Amino acid sequence: MEVVNATDQKKEAFLGALDAAFQQPLASAKGALLNASRETLRTQPAPTTRTEAWKYTRTTRIINQAWSHAVPTVDADAFAVNDLDAWRLVFVNGVFQAEQSTWPEAEGLTVKPLRVALEAGEVEGFGEKSNTPDEWFENLNMAYASDGVFIHLGKNKQIEKPIYILHITAGEQSAAFNRHFFHVAQGAQLNVIQHSVADADAEGFYSVVTEGAVDANASLHIDKVQNEAGKVFQHAVEWVHQDRDSKFDIRTVTLRGHWVRNNLNIAVNGENCSTRLYGTYMPIEKEHLDNHTMVDHRVPHCESDEVYKGIVNDKATGVFNGKVFVRQDAQKTNAFQQNANIILTDDAQMYSKPELEIYADDVKCSHGSTTGQFDEEAVFYLRARGLSEQSARELLVYAFVSEIIEAIGNDALRNYCLEGLTKRSRG
Amino acid sequence: MLKIKNLHASVEGNEILRGLNLEVKPGEVHAIMGPNGSGKSTLASVLAGNEDYEVTEGAVDFEGKDLLDLGTEDRAREGLFLAFQYPVEIPGVSNINFLRAALNEIRKYHGEEPYSASEFLKRVKEKSALVELDGKLANRSVNEGFSGGEKKRNEIFQMAMLEPKLAILDETDSGLDIDALKVVAQGVNAMRSPNRSFVVITHYQRLLDYIVPDVVHVLYKGRIVKSGPKELALELEAKGYDWIKEEVTA
Repeated sequence: MEVVNATDQKKEAFLGALDAAFQQPLASAKGALLNASRETLRTQPAPTTRTEAWKYTRTTRIINQAWSHAVPTVDADAFAVNDLDAWRLVFVNGVFQAEQSTWPEAEGLTVKPLRVALEAGEVEGFGEKSNTPDEWFENLNMAYASDGVFIHLGKNKQIEKPIYILHITAGEQSAAFNRHFFHVAQGAQLNVIQHSVADADAEGFYSVVTEGAVDANASLHIDKVQNEAGKVFQHAVEWVHQDRDSKFDIRTVTLRGHWVRNNLNIAVNGENCSTRLYGTYMPIEKEHLDNHTMVDHRVPHCESDEVYKGIVNDKATGVFNGKVFVRQDAQKTNAFQQNANIILTDDAQMYSKPELEIYADDVKCSHGSTTGQFDEEAVFYLRARGLSEQSARELLVYAFVSEIIEAIGNDALRNYCLEGLTKRSRG
Repeated sequence: MLKIKNLHASVEGNEILRGLNLEVKPGEVHAIMGPNGSGKSTLASVLAGNEDYEVTEGAVDFEGKDLLDLGTEDRAREGLFLAFQYPVEIPGVSNINFLRAALNEIRKYHGEEPYSASEFLKRVKEKSALVELDGKLANRSVNEGFSGGEKKRNEIFQMAMLEPKLAILDETDSGLDIDALKVVAQGVNAMRSPNRSFVVITHYQRLLDYIVPDVVHVLYKGRIVKSGPKELALELEAKGYDWIKEEVTA
């Protein structure tokens, strides 16, 4: 194809650099998928702010760079959540660090690098849970993902400790692509922590896609904590399919991030499912934190509950877009969504858009979106009782988002997030 | 205790206080009355350090310190307490946790050790009984869902916990029924001591039946235009403020 304009030239340069840096993508094991995604990347334009789903989030700063790939030596302990009792799988710039990782081995459960699992032919349905053909960035992930975590939990199995996936972005100008695949079989229960961090002087682009299949009566719980220093562009996608009587919970806590785009996509395919999406974000300076969620109720008798709370400071930008589809067959759906924000300065921006599309008539659905200022009267009240201004603001910030963080079941992780929150509210 | 000299203050360019003078000695209770818009609540806000108000002239000495030079929290730490006319509801912040934090910050300011959990709880129990504040309210979010009377009792409860040298009660009696008023007054009276002073801002003489003042002042157009013994309050109640206005303009 002939390159026709500057935008295409930049895209070609971007893809060319990635082709050179990632010559052995995971999807090599699935040639057709790899070719399809490469084809899409070439033929479809990359999303711009003219694309509705990317209206407030610029991708040009990612696409206009020629990324490379290097894997520096990094001590994971310096970044990991303290005192966390978990199986830990460490990635640096997308590459698995076996010597810094531990994983369980037992009958009925498999936890291993996705590359190994794919090569052994153990992954059923790889790439099928995600990759809507028009999602350019998901195709990008498919074309270049170098590794990830594969978890298969057999029928009625449970792992006594959570699986903790730690991704560290380090060095300069490095792109990193991870792809995870979780399959929770009937009646099984899986608890995953996804933690992404970066060196203070790191500059990078990190793309991560998680595919999840939650079978009948099974449960998948994900705590996703993003705390990247430095200048990292992170695009994180979850695609989860729920079978009947299953539970899926995900909590996204974005403590820090230069540019973060989260896309949660939940397909509720079976009846009597419960889906819970909670999130909080607290951008400062010029950070840009974007949460897009989609819950697709396709069948009757399911419930979803979604609460996102944000505090936007300085010149930062927050974006929330929550889509809920209730299909014609999805009678008796109970869907609740709430997005509440506090804007701390005149320069901070928050774009909040609930989108409910309801085609069934016997449902209970509600949504609410509020964006307001910090209550200065409350700050004064607390100061008038002897609290310093800093303590007063911390207390109020904490009070606003605490319902999201306090509900983290794991003590070590909750403490880590509370500490991050305190650092944030000190500004 | 408190010496206010020629205090001028404005909000959004409008001068509200126009040369106010007031001296409160240790152990005294001063009532400040006055018609709507005379500057009563402005005085309370300025003393507490509300930055919406700009002090353009004058001085305030509190226990030998320049009060206007101190931030809101340092005024509280030095022993000034304001019972708010409209206590703020603060969802998610527990009454008890915030009070513990406040008390300990005050103690730290004075170079004292923080309270232990048991000392603190003992104090909570004792002081909440003083204003008949339900223990459950003490544990709830600050003022959230409290009735008007509960909010005012919570203010007095906080005052009892913080044991200030000078308490300013800004229309603490407004909107209270007589039973609630008695409870509030009882809390205040229990705290009266030779070393503690009160400035009671009120619209109604009724409160002064229960909290008996040493001096009553009339605030009008941003200045204290008349001061007298407690009987002055009764006279104001009976005759309204028009005669004062006439006296001032005469």
